[in-house]
Amino acid sequence: MTDNAIEAKATEDDIVGMNQYDTLMRRIVVVYLPLFVFVFVLLFPFYWMAVTAVKPNHQLTNYRDYSPFWVVGPTLDHIKYLLFQTSYPGWLWNTMIVSVFSTILSLAASVFAAYAIERVRFTGARVTGLMIFLAYLVPPSILFIPLAFMVFQFGIYDTRLALILTYPTFLIPFCTWLLMGYFRSIPFELEESALVDGASRWQILTKIVLPLAIPGLISAGIFAFTLSWNEFIYALTFISSSENKTVPVGVLTELVRGDVYEWGALMSGALIGSLPVVILYSFFVDYYVSSMTGAVKE
Amino acid sequence: MSTTLEGGKIAVSRPRTSMLTRLSESRNGLGLLFMLPAAAFLLCFLTYPLGLGVWLGFTDTSTGRPGVFIGLENYVWLWNDNVFWLSVFNTLLYTFVATVLKFVLGLWLALVLNQHLRFKNFFRAIILLPWVVPTVLSALAFWWIFDSQFSIISFVLMDWGLIERPINFLGDPNLARASVIAANVWRGIPFVAICLLAGLQTIPQSLHEAAALDGAKSWQRFRYVTLPLLTPIIAVVMTFSVLFTFTDFQLIYVLTRGGPVNATHLMATLSFQRAIPGGQLGEGAAIAVAMIPFLLGAILFSFFGLQRRKWQQGGAD
Repeated sequence: MTDNAIEAKATEDDIVGMNQYDTLMRRIVVVYLPLFVFVFVLLFPFYWMAVTAVKPNHQLTNYRDYSPFWVVGPTLDHIKYLLFQTSYPGWLWNTMIVSVFSTILSLAASVFAAYAIERVRFTGARVTGLMIFLAYLVPPSILFIPLAFMVFQFGIYDTRLALILTYPTFLIPFCTWLLMGYFRSIPFELEESALVDGASRWQILTKIVLPLAIPGLISAGIFAFTLSWNEFIYALTFISSSENKTVPVGVLTELVRGDVYEWGALMSGALIGSLPVVILYSFFVDYYVSSMTGAVKE
Repeated sequence: MSTTLEGGKIAVSRPRTSMLTRLSESRNGLGLLFMLPAAAFLLCFLTYPLGLGVWLGFTDTSTGRPGVFIGLENYVWLWNDNVFWLSVFNTLLYTFVATVLKFVLGLWLALVLNQHLRFKNFFRAIILLPWVVPTVLSALAFWWIFDSQFSIISFVLMDWGLIERPINFLGDPNLARASVIAANVWRGIPFVAICLLAGLQTIPQSLHEAAALDGAKSWQRFRYVTLPLLTPIIAVVMTFSVLFTFTDFQLIYVLTRGGPVNATHLMATLSFQRAIPGGQLGEGAAIAVAMIPFLLGAILFSFFGLQRRKWQQGGAD
């Protein structure tokens, strides 16, 4: 971040020639206006979600007497209804359990795999790395039918275990790919000198590489957590009973009943279901950005 | 252990070398050992199901009944199925329009964010929000925004006197297509923008300065400096975007479930509908398998996009 600041300062000083046409007017039209429109469009659905979640029912669709963009006398009724009269807390708990366990499982497997591919350099390591990348490209929409078939045969249909075991199919390739990049950035010399000092491979991994790769581990971990929290198609296919559902599936299949939509409850469900990942995100923005761009930049 | 002499150490440890330690002493053995958990997992839950899916496509399996091999019957049936072809058309249209819009708007946003801005990191953070929030939950917000009676968009347009009656966003086939594409673009812009922004920041400022000194206008600097240097990352980002858009399921499932009259059915949603509620696992699997050629095309595209790096770094083409 300080690098950026220095760089920014340098550019300001150096390229007078390029900024001479940048009058304030031009800057407003070229930069601030588009930025404002983008931010408005990208954030409006969240605002609308939040406003609806705390609107009393009589104001919800009455646009004539109440401004739709504002709430007069916000209420927590929808949220109370959600927390005390539906299975919503259970769904939150399920999603949490499934996300945490599948993340831990994937991270553990990925650390070893990434280290092996990047640093042990066994025969065929490069090909394995490529296979991992290809595995990352296999979409869940192709796999859910055969996986449903397997889940049924294993007798784990409608259990959280089914999700914990299937989520790593997209988490492991992603985490491995990401961690490979991080391991690559750790200087060889550190490992070599540890080897010379008599450290075993295991000691090198746990005492040298992993501590240095902690940012990578955090990135992979929170990203994997978010991906599992947001997962939908497997959860929709493998879970049938209300008490085992995850938040996205539960909100969609249990809160939408008949023709009268309870928009207040639906929107508070969506809002509360988004909060955990948004809070996590707000603490680790830079890790998120680095893992997202890292995965693309190979 | 570490203080003992080399000879003594060997003499002590040799008799009780287990297979594990012997394995971990060789490069390939250790590699195998470390790869084992991930490889076992992926073989069991990714490679095997992929093969199983292809096999299921050749059978008449339905829920609760193991199927028998029926050859290409599912595919012949799909070949003559108008709904299937409609879903193929919808998928291609959806992917094409959404990807182009995501690219143009995402690149624009990235260029805007690459300017000198106060609170740049703050903007970058909030712009990524649509991508962080679970798709299903943000799609629910869009469902409410696209409501046939109480849509906020309709309300604003009516308030401004632009339209007479509320727009039936999800009830009319073409409007429904436009609406789901809009929601998909909304969710995809942040990903494209942030990835391209990362690419833009790697382009050295000195190149722009050199071009500016040579008299290049801002459009020329964009066309001949920014764009060529950004091409490799554009190729990768757009391949990901195409892959995710092509196999999209969640958004359609929440907003329209394929309706009205199958106008927004994508291959993924049709596959789900036939296989899970419909019970025809074999047919659903066949539809899923039919997506693979398109995906392979996208991956090959990405591969050649990556290859471009070579000539950009001064190597042979």
